[in-house]
Amino acid sequence: MSVKDLVDRYCRVDKLPHIWCPGCGNGIIMGAVIRALDKTDFDQDKTVIVSGIGCSSRAPGYMNFDTLHTTHGRALAYATGVKFARPDLNVVVLTGDGDCSAIGGNHLIHAARRNIDLTVVVFNNSIYGMTGGQFSPLTPAHSYASTAPYGSIDRNFDLCKLVQAAGGTYVARSTAYHARQLVNLIATGLNHKGFAFIEVVTQCPMYYGRRNKFPSPVDMLKWQQEHAVPVKAAAKLSPEQMAGKFLIGELHREEAPEYTAVYETDVIAKARGDIN
Amino acid sequence: MNSEPARIELNEKWCKGCGICIAFCPAKVLVAREDGKPLVENPEACTRCGLCELRCPDLAISVGGKQHGGKN
Amino acid sequence: MAAKTKCKAQLLSGNEACVQGALVAGIRFFAGYPITPSTEVAEGLAEELPKIGGRFIQMEDEIASMGAVIGASLAGLKSMTATSGPGFSLKQENIGFAAMTEVPCVVVNVQRYGPSTGLPTSPAQGDIMQARWGTHGDHPVVALMPASVRETFDLTVEAVNLAEELRTPVIILLDEVVGHMRERVELPAAEDVELFNRVKPTESPDTFLPYKPAANLVPPMPAYGDGYRFHATGLVHDETGFPCGKGADGNTLVRRLQAKVEQRQPKIARAETFQTEDAEIVIVAAGSVARSARAAVKEARAQGIKLGLVRPITAWPFPEEAIDSVAQTAKALIVAEMNLGQMILEVERIAAGRAPVFGLNRIDAELITPEDIIVRAQEVTNNVR
Ligand SMILES: Cc1ncc(C[n+]2csc(CCOP(=O)(O)OP(=O)(O)O)c2C)c(N)n1
Ligand code: SF4
Repeated sequence: MSVKDLVDRYCRVDKLPHIWCPGCGNGIIMGAVIRALDKTDFDQDKTVIVSGIGCSSRAPGYMNFDTLHTTHGRALAYATGVKFARPDLNVVVLTGDGDCSAIGGNHLIHAARRNIDLTVVVFNNSIYGMTGGQFSPLTPAHSYASTAPYGSIDRNFDLCKLVQAAGGTYVARSTAYHARQLVNLIATGLNHKGFAFIEVVTQCPMYYGRRNKFPSPVDMLKWQQEHAVPVKAAAKLSPEQMAGKFLIGELHREEAPEYTAVYETDVIAKARGDIN
Repeated sequence: MNSEPARIELNEKWCKGCGICIAFCPAKVLVAREDGKPLVENPEACTRCGLCELRCPDLAISVGGKQHGGKN
Repeated sequence: MAAKTKCKAQLLSGNEACVQGALVAGIRFFAGYPITPSTEVAEGLAEELPKIGGRFIQMEDEIASMGAVIGASLAGLKSMTATSGPGFSLKQENIGFAAMTEVPCVVVNVQRYGPSTGLPTSPAQGDIMQARWGTHGDHPVVALMPASVRETFDLTVEAVNLAEELRTPVIILLDEVVGHMRERVELPAAEDVELFNRVKPTESPDTFLPYKPAANLVPPMPAYGDGYRFHATGLVHDETGFPCGKGADGNTLVRRLQAKVEQRQPKIARAETFQTEDAEIVIVAAGSVARSARAAVKEARAQGIKLGLVRPITAWPFPEEAIDSVAQTAKALIVAEMNLGQMILEVERIAAGRAPVFGLNRIDAELITPEDIIVRAQEVTNNVR
């Protein structure tokens, strides 16, 4: 599909151009999400896009679906309500690193634990963009932020590992640079029955870039290119060689009972006396 | 194989001139204009890999297809 | 109209009656987090909802519960949550979201002693102002205060109906006493209960404006999945539903939200009055305190003191007319409440000096007794002579 056809079909064209800064990765990821949706056989009228608050969480406003721009950190709670109320709807959550790992961290753990059929795409730009560049739980330790003028002493953490440990059944990571891979990983996540989580390492040139010696968005993409290691390649590398690098690709996949389905087959069936 | 050079269209209104398409085009098809937006200098070299489309944050460039407000 | 079929009498607590009311009113989605003294509402719905294909989910906290309820309502189900003081505080931001995006939902708050963890199993009425102003910014609120088990059933039905009709969150302010006391009640048969379902758009998705109000100032509401592809955001939005970032649009939107409830004030706001016609002193009391006040009125009259009672059934909108009327006829008003003075602020505002207003407040986790009320009435009588 040409870009024009993609945009005409999946975007609210009258809302474009978007508000994001030049070179911001949010648009790359939103583009990947619509390309991934195009690869599925989802009915566009039966697909709901939910977000929290942040620059990244503005994406649903540009997307031609039922869309829900919630409160900061709570996208997964709202999305759980939509999906559990109407399991026939496809529910996609777009969220920022702050939105989903700080204020929304608990909802992330529990949505993953339930293995409810949501597809979550995290725009990890290592910073709170919308509020002007404060550090997030995913800001690499020692980098600079408006609230870490001497470098952040907070230790960042691996959200993919967290989600896997919590019970998420599809976990993947990619970057804005690896846009083609990203489309495929999101598409696989969309088709996965259960909690699918895709972290996207992306760039905020405006606040993270400027403070951390990245003169341009291009430099930030180069950094992604140089520091992302595909899972297969990483298997051949020593821990020393992997130091400072991160994994991309499919990190985890398993089949496990999905929450809304189990509610039907166990809870409703028992309550109605169909099974005991 | 298609021997005609690729038609690369740019949506002037949406492009914010970030330079990503220019920097990462494997075939060096694009160069920067004065305003930072891409100029299609070597259309013959384009392999239609589509990476500029995929990485464009503004959905503003397209290869071989139509683009909103598009001009070759 | 069909003949009213009466169900057999049953012994129910207020919380259980709330469950029954919710089921009859068409609640098909509940999300909650356990907290005394509201937990029986969640427990009852956990058992009953799946029997009728409804959905119950225990979320990780009250913030999530409120979010899930709003999501489910947008997906088309009548939705509800139940909590108590600390959880009610946590829900506030999302209650504001529901008000701003006009998502129908019901929040049961079985009030307990606060602030903070307070006395978890002790009664209080300290959330009257939180119910009004708990979330930031101007917003409409409807809050109902049942005083009996049967009324808890009725007001739960009404809460669901009002939420659906007005597209706004509706709060049921129980207190611990009403939530936990048991009474023998006869509930109406489901088919005799009048229900309101949110109005859906009839326009085609191409021309539909999701936040364009109908004549009653309430916009018709499609569900997600109906093909309307609409946007819901807590940002100030115009009739298209999209953020516009302009103060003028905020002015239009927030004033309309306020007006859609305000213009219905005469229909929604109400109070029960008891022996107020010739009353020299009128007690204003709600919820469980009104039960003591009723007993006090009878006893005082036996002693020759002309006492009367106004019992607000709606906390918000506050029943102005009932207060206005007694402010003209009574020598004094006494507002009895299990807090340090919240409802009294409304009463003073409405009485506007026409009758002096006195408080009767207990926060020692004990009920306000009929004796407390009579003693206070005697003090006040001496005072105003
Ligand atoms: C309850 C609440 N706390 C704080 C904020 C302010 N706030 C808005 S966006 C944001 C951070 C967004 O960061 P992130 O999720 O990483 O998204 P980004 O803007 O970087 O895409 C904060 C703290 C808020 N809107 N609500
Ligand atoms: S502030 Fe950062 S995240 Fe926000 S739009 Fe600009 S570049 Fe993107």
